Amino acid sequence: MPPVTIRGKALIAGVYEHPGRDLPDRTLPQIHAEVAAGALADAGLTLADVDAYYSAGDAPGFGALSMAEYLGLDLTYIDDTETGGSAYLVHVQHAAAAIAAGQVKVALITLAGKPRTGGAGPGGSARFSSAPEASFENQFGMSVPGGYALAAARHMHEFGTTSEQLAEVKVAASTHAQHNPHAFLRDVVTVEEVVSSPVISDPLHRLDCCVITDGGGALVLVSEAVAASLDRHCTPVLGTGTSIKHTSGGRIDLTHTGATRSGPLAFAEAGVTPADIDYVSIYDSFTITVVITLEDLGFCGKGDGGRFVSDGALQAPGGVLPFNTDGGGLCNNHPANRGGMTKVVEAVRQLRGEANAAVQVPDCELALAHGTGGSLATRMGSATLVLGRSL
Amino acid sequence: MSEPGQFGLPVPPPNPNLETQRFWDATAEGRLELPRCDSCGHVVWYPRQRCDRCGSTSLTWFEASGRGTVYSCTVTRRIPGSWRKAAPFVLAYVELDEGPRLVTNIVGCDPETVHIGQAVQAVFDPTPDGPALLRFTPA
Repeated sequence: MPPVTIRGKALIAGVYEHPGRDLPDRTLPQIHAEVAAGALADAGLTLADVDAYYSAGDAPGFGALSMAEYLGLDLTYIDDTETGGSAYLVHVQHAAAAIAAGQVKVALITLAGKPRTGGAGPGGSARFSSAPEASFENQFGMSVPGGYALAAARHMHEFGTTSEQLAEVKVAASTHAQHNPHAFLRDVVTVEEVVSSPVISDPLHRLDCCVITDGGGALVLVSEAVAASLDRHCTPVLGTGTSIKHTSGGRIDLTHTGATRSGPLAFAEAGVTPADIDYVSIYDSFTITVVITLEDLGFCGKGDGGRFVSDGALQAPGGVLPFNTDGGGLCNNHPANRGGMTKVVEAVRQLRGEANAAVQVPDCELALAHGTGGSLATRMGSATLVLGRSL
Repeated sequence: MSEPGQFGLPVPPPNPNLETQRFWDATAEGRLELPRCDSCGHVVWYPRQRCDRCGSTSLTWFEASGRGTVYSCTVTRRIPGSWRKAAPFVLAYVELDEGPRLVTNIVGCDPETVHIGQAVQAVFDPTPDGPALLRFTPA
């Protein structure tokens, strides 16, 4: 009996990224509804076609259950998996498995948030005050930039990574964002501008940090049979991987992420290697996130990430490994402080040939999207997807 | 937020529970006590009544040395909320001689001088409720 695989059994038929970055006049459920409608319209489907719904910690109230009622969905499958900003890639994996098993025909995944105009939302820090680790981590001024700064400082110590190398990641993202009319930050910046911006938490500067934006996004996955009935060219899911990494009883290793396991799982299922990938969407909460993730996914050796990203390697369309051509979380959008959704959206745009013209990767056949949820400094959920233009 | 503690940093009270009360009681007396697994010898951090390595629920508290080295550190210069006035301060992971790496602050020194590999010693920073926060100072 051949091994069970989801390879090619599920396809991404619809994607949508909310164009708004400041949405003071909408409720959180309204944004979920807008992105759901956008992705379904992109696929050529309606809410009535959806039989499975996926949401994460950004969904208010009872999560997917509350949103199913608000949206008026008629469901036989539901999944509230919460791994922070990577959750939407985990949802793709779960949806693909459910579709491959014949349990789901049309899966809808939504993300929405208002960190600019509406506070932290249901996924905010208050949620974590009851966690068993809370009294041992929350008493010391840990912040999101502070946690990633600890990882960056250790990476610099072990491997000689420099602030200038980290800055190259932001420079590439800004170079792409100038072509995105919706990007929150559209100005191209230089290495010098990044390293001379104010230090938030050593060694991370303000321009090493992602943006904070309102907004959201949605994905629609369908079975092969549904895909065949649609006008839309659908993007097959070729490989998926998830990995949880935590402090391991106090033996945390700050220079590796869960990508060391989620990556190989996704590559193996897809039957490809890092060298085959034409475009990558890499979660970029901070510049250091990208450097460590590229190493852990095998695009360069461990510790070589800083050197790898230098000299324009990440810049589309001509770089060695074009990344985050929408401008990423560093420049374009980080809705709900959760960047995984937009990573999948831009990867699908590249495979469809629908990226902004100046950054469209020619003949883009294979794309990788990677999400990092939680924090590099404590506990994280890593998720990797390999997507193809065709099977 | 209450008044800063003896090192000028916030001293938010922890929430002891059935599994961690002994740890916090010891800090109130200026001692670092940690749980060690009776089956495999693993010293578990954060304190809990189970070994995350072998699954045993039989652990024994012992008094740790309070000595360690800085595994990673950052000077946080900008932070919103109740820690804003404390900046710049050092957020760090310290690796205890007994093995665990834990989130803490390095205090009692110029923040700019703290570095990875530096030897440090535990200090106990009392909170208004009695338990003290485990912070470290250069050895």
